[in-house]
Amino acid sequence: MAILEIAELTHVYSAGTPFEHLALDHVSFSVEKGEFIGVIGHTGSGKSTLMQHLNGLLKPTSGKVLLGGRDIWSDKAFTRQARFRVGLVFQYPEYQLFEETVYRDIAFGPKNMGLTPEEIDRRVREAAALVGLSEEQLTMSPFDLSGGQKRRVAIAGVIAMEPEVLILDEPTAGLDPAGREGILGNIDQFRRKKHATVMMVSHSMNDVAKMADRLLVMSGAKLVMNGTPNEVFQQAKELLEMGLDIPEVTRIFLRLREMGLPVEPVYTVEQAQASLVRRKGEGHA
Amino acid sequence: MLKDITLGQFFPGNSFVHRLDPRTKLVMVVAYIVALFMAGNWLSYLVAFGFLAYSIIISRIPLKAITRGLRPLMIIMIFTGVLNIFFTDGTHVIFSVFGLTVTLEGLERAFFMVTRIMMLVTATFLMTYTTSPIALTDGLEALLGPLKKLHMPVHELSMMMCIALRFIPTLIEETDKIISAQKARGADFETGNLMNRVKAMVPILVPLFISAFRRADELAVAMECRCYQGGEGRTKMKLLRYHRGDFLAFSAGALLIAAVAILRSFGL
Repeated sequence: MAILEIAELTHVYSAGTPFEHLALDHVSFSVEKGEFIGVIGHTGSGKSTLMQHLNGLLKPTSGKVLLGGRDIWSDKAFTRQARFRVGLVFQYPEYQLFEETVYRDIAFGPKNMGLTPEEIDRRVREAAALVGLSEEQLTMSPFDLSGGQKRRVAIAGVIAMEPEVLILDEPTAGLDPAGREGILGNIDQFRRKKHATVMMVSHSMNDVAKMADRLLVMSGAKLVMNGTPNEVFQQAKELLEMGLDIPEVTRIFLRLREMGLPVEPVYTVEQAQASLVRRKGEGHA
Repeated sequence: MLKDITLGQFFPGNSFVHRLDPRTKLVMVVAYIVALFMAGNWLSYLVAFGFLAYSIIISRIPLKAITRGLRPLMIIMIFTGVLNIFFTDGTHVIFSVFGLTVTLEGLERAFFMVTRIMMLVTATFLMTYTTSPIALTDGLEALLGPLKKLHMPVHELSMMMCIALRFIPTLIEETDKIISAQKARGADFETGNLMNRVKAMVPILVPLFISAFRRADELAVAMECRCYQGGEGRTKMKLLRYHRGDFLAFSAGALLIAAVAILRSFGL
């Protein structure tokens, strides 16, 4: 069953002023329970605006967002509930930390949900463990941590609400390779443990190619592609025309094809390896 | 919601008012305020109002933007109005309740005071709506230039103002983002008593202050890296120059003051 349904979603910023700007133009798609969806698109293509509609932070100018079959704007209490059921991690989330200790910052969301102190404690510790924060770090001030650790704290703060859908807006932006791997691992672990649905906005084609079941491609406020990574990266030329990247291996294999080697299109290193090994086994290489 | 703040907001455009030199606009606003305070009767108010209305029309600023800017001043205007209605001595009593008398003079005075505030604020809004903050501080620096001889740090002051103005939209955007992020974690700013609402501000203010200090620090380092030293010997990319329009505007301003002064001296 579809957990999120987005129908003809349109959003206009600053309507009626000289700064009027169409950010989303009749976007429709649905998200199945348990899916991992990657969202890619150029800066300013409307990705972030789209994400903020999914938990009711922004109200659609027209169109609907259905959570579990119900319009999230149908009544006030449900809008608030949607905030907890759909957890949103913003870009550079470490800049929203404010509490005196890491523990209290992670507890902010669960506390707002009105949970019991025992339940809050369980969730905070579980979320902290999931993102790899130590017991000792829980008592530290979040401002004494490194950039990567701060981000883990911020992500733990959303994970602790145990949302059914976790949305992350460029969770690895500005991190070093080790930090990226760590965060992506955390997300994957959370998803498996809680059977949650995940949507991740990313500029790294390598990351989304590896992790996502399905890709949404945004361009100029419109949803232009919606399919499996395989289907989407088949249209490499269109992606490049939109100013988007394709995974490095896909690029190499496209070049190989141009050079006359009949290889099938791939988008992860594992596929590439398998494909080359297969060819070698057949005795062509 | 925060985007509704119009303080110092600039509406890009290319009207006659937009093209005026920022110095002209600053001087005109001061002149207009002087004229407003000189005005003391219906006819002079009408002249001042006509002048402002005409300026708004040729600036092509939507009237909605101006009324929106006036809204936060509602309380002050109502307060002024009520005070003047009840506490002005006069002979033409209209009615009196609970020992408070309302006179014709009081009503007239209240009307003048309120329209004076409205026109004063509208005139300054018109300037900030039609002048980019950078141009405005440039103009201010040029106008205050003579004070440099008295060792006043004019350039530094205008640079500070310029930076402050420059960062208003950035900080508003940042605040918006922080509010959204905390709302996504279920923060509630709309319900509860006063104490709870004040407490609800903490998750916004702490990150906002931290980021403001971070930005200030980064900016200071960047300026120092380039050995920034303003004022003396520094040339400008955009030189301010008066054009025909500016002289036209100055003449209109002088005429306005003259007209109000004459009307005043005749006691009309």
